This record gives sequence, structure tokens and C-alpha cells, in this order.
Amino acid sequence: MAATVYNLFVINKSGGLIFYKDYGTHGRLDTNDSLRLASLWHSMHAISSQLSPVGGCTGIELLEADTFDLHCFQSLTGTKIFVTTESGTPGMENMLRLIYELYTDYVLKNPFYEVEMPIRCELWDLNLAQLVRKDGKAGLTGR
Amino acid sequence: MAAIASTPRMRCLYIFNRDGVCLHYHVWLRPLTTLSPHQDQKLMFGLLFSLKSFTAKMDPVGGNKGNLGAPNLPGQGCSFHSFRTNTYKLSFMESPSGIKLILITDPRMGDLRDALKYIYSNIYVEYVVKNPLYTPGQPFKCELFNATLDQYVKTLQ
Repeated sequence: MAATVYNLFVINKSGGLIFYKDYGTHGRLDTNDSLRLASLWHSMHAISSQLSPVGGCTGIELLEADTFDLHCFQSLTGTKIFVTTESGTPGMENMLRLIYELYTDYVLKNPFYEVEMPIRCELWDLNLAQLVRKDGKAGLTGR
Repeated sequence: MAAIASTPRMRCLYIFNRDGVCLHYHVWLRPLTTLSPHQDQKLMFGLLFSLKSFTAKMDPVGGNKGNLGAPNLPGQGCSFHSFRTNTYKLSFMESPSGIKLILITDPRMGDLRDALKYIYSNIYVEYVVKNPLYTPGQPFKCELFNATLDQYVKTLQ
């Protein structure tokens, strides 16, 4: 099975889109739409935790739509990373953690990066592309 | 161990019609209630509505998708069937007439699409829609529906 990552979003704690990337030709969005979708996701994530029947809810982790899956990772500081993938792609939780690791290493530790602002870091782009490409080929498993 | 295995995995069920009226709200186990039932139902319908327009726009397969938030008829556009958080799982089904069934369960529950279809066609349609005293579009209280639903849900544990 060829696992495919369609899009990757990083949103800051107030719901602003700070990084967006699409992979391949599927699911390409224009800039305005990606911004809107990111802030929409931020609010739905918050509402989902309000509707929890049990205490201690931290929001949506996996959304299964008809044609894709959306996996979301929220860091302790409120930064959210979410990816859309082909339905039924396994091992994405792990991959999101690895992406978060790259984010802390190459974005947060970059002295020229201003927190909560759009990400423009060459090393992050490079390592992220490598990770997504490698995992895509390996079927996103065994890591 | 036996106590853990027998804890009910169902939390609650919502049934909405196409206008967002909550026809039925059934609670099995809900330790946390922060909102009044009415507020809770409105928020739930709003969340489903926005999630649907979100997935319709995000859809990587369909071609022309229109603007974000463009109205879609039931069955049109890419919808979703479940989402999972760390504390619950929500399974969602929409009938062609716009009836929405929402089942909230423990996050470890598996795929409930067939269960929702069963609840819709063998319980809701049979005991509510075919009830001659029921006015469509109105909230209902039907004993037979509740009893059958309870019985069916027990088989899902």
C-alpha cells in the first residue's frame, strides 16, 4: 500500500496558520482556503473538547472522512500540527511526533525565528521533506 | 478486571433532523455535563455542520468543491463518519433525508457505521417513523424505541 500524505498544517496557539505544505497533486488548496481551514480546525478542536462526556479531553486526534484521514497532534503549548492522509494510513501518530521533534529542533531553536510567526526555515523545510518522503516510501510503518 | 470489562462503552446518542432540531437525546453514561442539554445539542449540531463543510473543502479527491461553507445537500460533498479524541469517539451518520445520528462512545470502540445504519433502519424507522402518532420533525419520546435501542446497544459492548 502506498501511503500518501496530502497536506500538512502547523497552527499556532491562537489558530493562525504558520506553516502549510501540500504533497503531490491531490488536495492542493489556495492560500486563503488554507488559512480559513486552519482557523476553522482550531475552533472545532476546541469545541470537541467542550462536548466531551468525560473530563480531561484534549480535542480531536483523528478524523475519518470519506476520502481521507486527518491526524492531529497538539503540543503542550497549544501548537497544533495536523496532516491529511489517505484513509487508513497507519503509524501517523508516530510520524506527527517526529515532525514535532523537527519543529522544536529546526524552528524553535532557530535564533532568527519569532515564536507564533510564519515559519521560514530552510533546515526545517529540508528535514521535513526528507521525513515525509522517506515515510511515504516505507509505508509509514516500522519506525 | 471483570468490572472494567463490563463498564458500559456507550455514552450518548443524538438524533437531529435536517433543520437542526434535536429529535432525541439519550444518555447512558455521562459523568461530565458542563452545558445544559439544549446548549449542548446546539453546540453539537454546529460542530457537525462545520466539520462537514471542513471535510467537503479539504477533500483531496473531488474536483470542483466550491467555496468553504457552500451549502451541500445530504450525500453531496465529502463527509465524515467518525472522529476520536482521547476521551471519546463520535460516530456520525446522515440519511438521505438529512436525519443525523450521532453516537458517542468510549474511544476504544471500533467502526460503528453498520451499527448506526442498523439503529436508523431497524429501530428509528420501525419504531418512530412508522408510529402513527408521531409528527415528523418533532422531538419524540417512544418507550418501544428506547427499549429496543437499549437492547441493541448492549450487543455492541
